[in-house]
Amino acid sequence: MLAIGLTAPFYVYPVFAMDVLCMALFASAFNLLLGYAGLLSFGHAAFLGAAAYVTGQAVKVWGLPIELGILAGTSVAALLGLIFGALAIRRSGIYFAMITLGFAQMVYFLVLQMPWTGGEDGLQGIPRSKLLGILGLSGNLPMYYFVYALFLAGFWVIYRTIHSPFGQVLRAIRENEPRALSLGYDVDRYKLLAFVISAGLSGMAGSMKALVYQSATLSDVHWHRSGAVILMTLLGGMGTPLGPSVGALIVVGLENYLASTGSWVTVITGGVFMACVLAFRRGIVGEILALVKRSF
Amino acid sequence: MIQALSGQLLIGLINGSFYALLSLGLAIIFGLLSVVNFAHGAQYMLGAFVAWMGLQYLGVGYWWALLLTPAVVGLLGVVFERLFLRRLYGLDPLYGLLLTFGVTLVLEGLFQNAFGISGNSYPVPAALQGGTNLGFMYLPRYRAWVVAVSMVVCFGSWFVIEKTRLGAYLRAGTENPALLQAFGVNVPLMFTLTYGYGVALAAFAGVMAAPIYQVTPLMGSGVIMVVFAIVVIGGMGSIVGSIVTGLGLGLVEGLTKFLYAPASDVVVFVVMALVLLLRPAGLFGRQR
Amino acid sequence: MTRINRNLVLAVALTLGTVAPASAQVSDNVVKVGVLTDMTGAYSDLAGPGSIIAAQMAAEDFGGKVLGKPIVIISADHQNKADIASNIARKWFDEEKVDAVADLVTSSTALAVMPIAVEKKRITLLSGPGSTPIEVEYCTAYNVHYTYDTYAMAAGTGRAVVQQGGDTWFFITADYVFGKSLEADTTNVVKAAGGKILGGVRAPFPTTDFSSYLLQAQASGAKIIGLANAGADTINAIKQANEFGLTKKQALAGLLVFLSDIHSLGLATAKGMYLTTAFYWDRDEASRTWSKRFFERHKRMPTMVQAGVYSELMHYFEAIKAAGTDDADKVMAKMRELPVNDFFAKNGRIGPDGLHRHDMYLVQVKSPEESKYPWDYYKILRTIPAAEAFPAPDPKCPLVKK
Repeated sequence: MLAIGLTAPFYVYPVFAMDVLCMALFASAFNLLLGYAGLLSFGHAAFLGAAAYVTGQAVKVWGLPIELGILAGTSVAALLGLIFGALAIRRSGIYFAMITLGFAQMVYFLVLQMPWTGGEDGLQGIPRSKLLGILGLSGNLPMYYFVYALFLAGFWVIYRTIHSPFGQVLRAIRENEPRALSLGYDVDRYKLLAFVISAGLSGMAGSMKALVYQSATLSDVHWHRSGAVILMTLLGGMGTPLGPSVGALIVVGLENYLASTGSWVTVITGGVFMACVLAFRRGIVGEILALVKRSF
Repeated sequence: MIQALSGQLLIGLINGSFYALLSLGLAIIFGLLSVVNFAHGAQYMLGAFVAWMGLQYLGVGYWWALLLTPAVVGLLGVVFERLFLRRLYGLDPLYGLLLTFGVTLVLEGLFQNAFGISGNSYPVPAALQGGTNLGFMYLPRYRAWVVAVSMVVCFGSWFVIEKTRLGAYLRAGTENPALLQAFGVNVPLMFTLTYGYGVALAAFAGVMAAPIYQVTPLMGSGVIMVVFAIVVIGGMGSIVGSIVTGLGLGLVEGLTKFLYAPASDVVVFVVMALVLLLRPAGLFGRQR
Repeated sequence: MTRINRNLVLAVALTLGTVAPASAQVSDNVVKVGVLTDMTGAYSDLAGPGSIIAAQMAAEDFGGKVLGKPIVIISADHQNKADIASNIARKWFDEEKVDAVADLVTSSTALAVMPIAVEKKRITLLSGPGSTPIEVEYCTAYNVHYTYDTYAMAAGTGRAVVQQGGDTWFFITADYVFGKSLEADTTNVVKAAGGKILGGVRAPFPTTDFSSYLLQAQASGAKIIGLANAGADTINAIKQANEFGLTKKQALAGLLVFLSDIHSLGLATAKGMYLTTAFYWDRDEASRTWSKRFFERHKRMPTMVQAGVYSELMHYFEAIKAAGTDDADKVMAKMRELPVNDFFAKNGRIGPDGLHRHDMYLVQVKSPEESKYPWDYYKILRTIPAAEAFPAPDPKCPLVKK
């Protein structure tokens, strides 16, 4: 898998590859919450988009170097995650989903209203400064490797979180919350921490995206984007580490390569969604893993 | 000032009654089937389009459309439930949400392909045109009609569910389907018909809306978020809750539009967040 | 000049004359234009597939080739998303040898693609978007903003309506950057023409139910209700204005309305509304002839955006022919140098900021009784000359010499 990532820009259009990486990180971060903690958030685009706008503002208007810009975006997303999470965790299931949706709509409203975000036009012309002051990033190739490095870093955090005692407790909470509670675990604190990590890394994906496209627009905070990340995770396989990335590859690919066919993209996406929910609930990677297990 | 305010409040009530009608189907489906029917908005759109197509291609007028359209769309809902939805009943309700989300995308995409986006006009039926001058505002006759119909349908549905034997069966089926089935009631059929009724209600609201709003493929998307918020605030599963909340929200929104219009879009979500934090199961809901 | 010198000059001229055609070069031996538009969303009726058809007509009418090389038209749907538009544009420039991108309806997509074109030295030919910042803060040397901008729409309607007697205004504005700038531009123009603004309300974007705002508009008693919004918002507002009996005593002024909107509303609802347009299919014989050919293929009459795509591409091809090359710098220079004279615009001129200044038209929507044949929707009240319709180049754009 590492080899594919390293050589990708040579046989796939680099900007497309970078888009996939950003979305893969976003989906993997989302999966931490859904697949491992069992919490469906319907408003994750708020973190992606908020970080994108903050990074854009930091780099374009305040002139911060690229590293600090990304840090700013990620931190803001994590902070939002802390606030939203603390309030939303009290409920579960569909109520939790609705609260997160409500908060995300409020973020959308704020982004639309605030003058510095450029409203409908979006925040345009975000520059790519030199990395650590030396490495120029305006070309597609060096930018790709930078994005890839960031993706690997984010993915590593998720992977370590999943395969740690903390991750085990999360899974226990997902499986049977009352029992975890009776075993003495502070369930709410675990859920909140998972929420914050998920939000922060989603934010990092958003910061990366803002720098790749050199713009941040309303579609980054729209609830369609929240729906897209759910689809990616479901399609790829929630509860598997690689699933969301595979899902991201497919969904981004569909969006871009079907662009010339008109509104069939929506119909096909909907159809895929339905097929997944009815027949492929484990997602592509999940089905493959199940197949492998069965044959041995 | 009082004049202006009364006009706004009346409009708020009118909108509120429309919201109540629109939310009713969703509340019934969730209350009795525990299914979050995200396709509600698309079914509302379908209702409006079927009415429009009926007029355009078959010459079917508004009054017939009020009866036929919900029947047609309700039937489609029944087919959908039989083929797809019932496979998810034992699972986490979130799967039902995701499936119906997929349906929404498919329906909206298909209609966009067929009809473009600007939408089509549906005329106000002759008998309901014009209006009366109430002094503080001009009340279109059609809007008064919407209030009357909404109240009748809402009250009627509530009455059936809460006060009749059929309603008792429906409510029992939610609590303990196996036991009810043991008593000889055909529970799967009941579920199918309930879903069909909820969908028919959505389509009915669509026909009511067609003369006021442009009939466009995305008209459902525009309302689905608000409708969900209403049902959640009212307490998912409470018919009374969604009716009262629908009316209340119409009033609150009306006031917001008068005092600080730019926030009227988001006020429903602020209210929802507040209610969920203070009364977790919604205003009239019961903790499940 | 002495005879020897004249001969020398002649000889040099002849030599240059024979050398010139050899330097007439077209990159990659093809002139490729990509039409990047909204095929499925809110603007698909005013641009969308119609824009593509207009582009194809331009390619065919020009003979299918320029400077001996074929013209190829490709297209894609940006779904009104700036990131998808960026992706497609980059791919087109890097891999598909596209020389120019046309239409780019929705300002956020245009603003995202313009800097990419600068980076790759290709041309953007905007017909769909309207934001004035396109020729001010965000102006580029490789951009043409061809059909309209929000200032022209606002100024045209605002000034002309006041002159017709509509001197008190109330605004219903879509609460986002576009709506607010439309309101601001119109306010300035109305006040300058001697009118008064009695009040306004900002409705969230998007809004379906305008009853509350219309009530406020009614209460204000203003003669004119300015609709500073577009698309579905405008259509709903107009429909409901009729429903609430507003149009009996007050008139509506649509600040950004297209032919496709009127078609979907119907004349019974839209009658009497004032609006400004860059193009109307029935304005004169030349427009009619072209539009009927367009109608054969699209089954609807063209909006100004679609007609604009045809006209801008014809101008682009002319410029390539005149410059002898498709090199972006030379072609842009020629596009600014040559005036535009076709059914779309007379004496249109592209300024250093990329804005195409041409005559606009103030029209009023006909009533159903006045309309004699399908698509007979507008009566043209007056022509607004280019100098009055568009502002002078703004020095905030670095390309404008102070």
